[in-house]
Amino acid sequence: MDEGLRSELQKQGVFTTTLEDLYNWGRKNSVWPLGFGLACCAIEMIAASMSRWDLARFGAEVFRPSPRQADLMIVAGTVTKKMAPQVVRLYNQMPEPKYVIAMGACAISGGPFKQGYNVLKGIDRFIPVDVHIPGCPPRPEALLHAFMTLQEKIDQQQLTGAGKARHLDAAKPSEFPVPQFGEHDLEPANNPTVWKAPVLVRQG
Amino acid sequence: MLSLESIKSQVEQAISGAKLEIVKNDAPSAQHSLLVDNAHAVAVAKYLRDDPALRFDYASNVTGVDWLDAELSEKIKVKKVVDGVEKEVEEVKKTMRLGYLETVYHLYSMELKHGPLIIRLRTENRTDKAHLPSLTPVWRGAEFQEREIFDLYGIIFDGHPDLRRILMWEGFKDFPMRKDYTEPDDYEYEPTPHDEVLEKTKQHYPAEAKP
Repeated sequence: MDEGLRSELQKQGVFTTTLEDLYNWGRKNSVWPLGFGLACCAIEMIAASMSRWDLARFGAEVFRPSPRQADLMIVAGTVTKKMAPQVVRLYNQMPEPKYVIAMGACAISGGPFKQGYNVLKGIDRFIPVDVHIPGCPPRPEALLHAFMTLQEKIDQQQLTGAGKARHLDAAKPSEFPVPQFGEHDLEPANNPTVWKAPVLVRQG
Repeated sequence: MLSLESIKSQVEQAISGAKLEIVKNDAPSAQHSLLVDNAHAVAVAKYLRDDPALRFDYASNVTGVDWLDAELSEKIKVKKVVDGVEKEVEEVKKTMRLGYLETVYHLYSMELKHGPLIIRLRTENRTDKAHLPSLTPVWRGAEFQEREIFDLYGIIFDGHPDLRRILMWEGFKDFPMRKDYTEPDDYEYEPTPHDEVLEKTKQHYPAEAKP
């Protein structure tokens, strides 16, 4: 619908909407996170959900103890290689539509443990991440900002057409292979369908 | 607390056959330690715990050390006949020392409020004879720390009640805290590499490493 016509109608007291807008509006305001934390970032996540920052204002106060009732996974903390298969398995057990926020330096890149042998260099190696938050740990405000970014992203999702949302596209996977414990490292060490090693492009 | 020398002679008197050795620490902290022979380690540990004058009832810390094969050089003065005159000449004597693994126990006494007493146990080598007696039956608190040493250094503690890996997963083959451990080759670009990380950068991003 034409934006100009819509605002003209609104001035006359006629409100119009589309099914897509209504659907996304409902979804973005009731995103239930999965209640789990991996390290110190989880403390900031807990703080963000309590009265001072109050994640409930955004419709995300209901931390679910089961992945089967959750819409959002906040990967809050260091993902060790020993923990990574369990995180992927939890993600696989969440029903669609599902979203992932990688919170903090460790979850997005390995952080201070990046050069170690036992920490995953970012959870985006195994599952698709919607919003990355830098910081060590990020402030609750940063988590709120990431949450609002996710809400905008949900709001933009299309229900039909070529660019339709991932969970509505039958061709796109909703579960990802769980890495196995190998003799020296996880096998495979990353999922190439989700993640590609960074290539540096320098200008000049 | 008694001096290390007197503890050593007291233990050697009480337990026949026990061989203790004082390992000097030349650092300013001067925390000298006792090297205990493996055959009598459990008996010595029990004695240290139960003797009324010692009562080391608390093992506060257990850790491992990896000593690689090393060439030790030592300066010794040798009398030599040079041009018909006997002179003292300094010579460098080189000896090969076979590598070994070591565990270090820091002991305190809660009852008598003294410590720390540091005892060490050494394996015969770093490969097939990396066995040590477990002191978990003496100090229960050593259980998880000995498991961690088993996990990260590969020392096998005979007599440990539950010797499994604790940090890495079952099926992991390496011992990450050993000095010759090579980690999986999964380096990724980092904006400010230095030291060992810079070496990895040179291999993976040769163009980036140029000054």
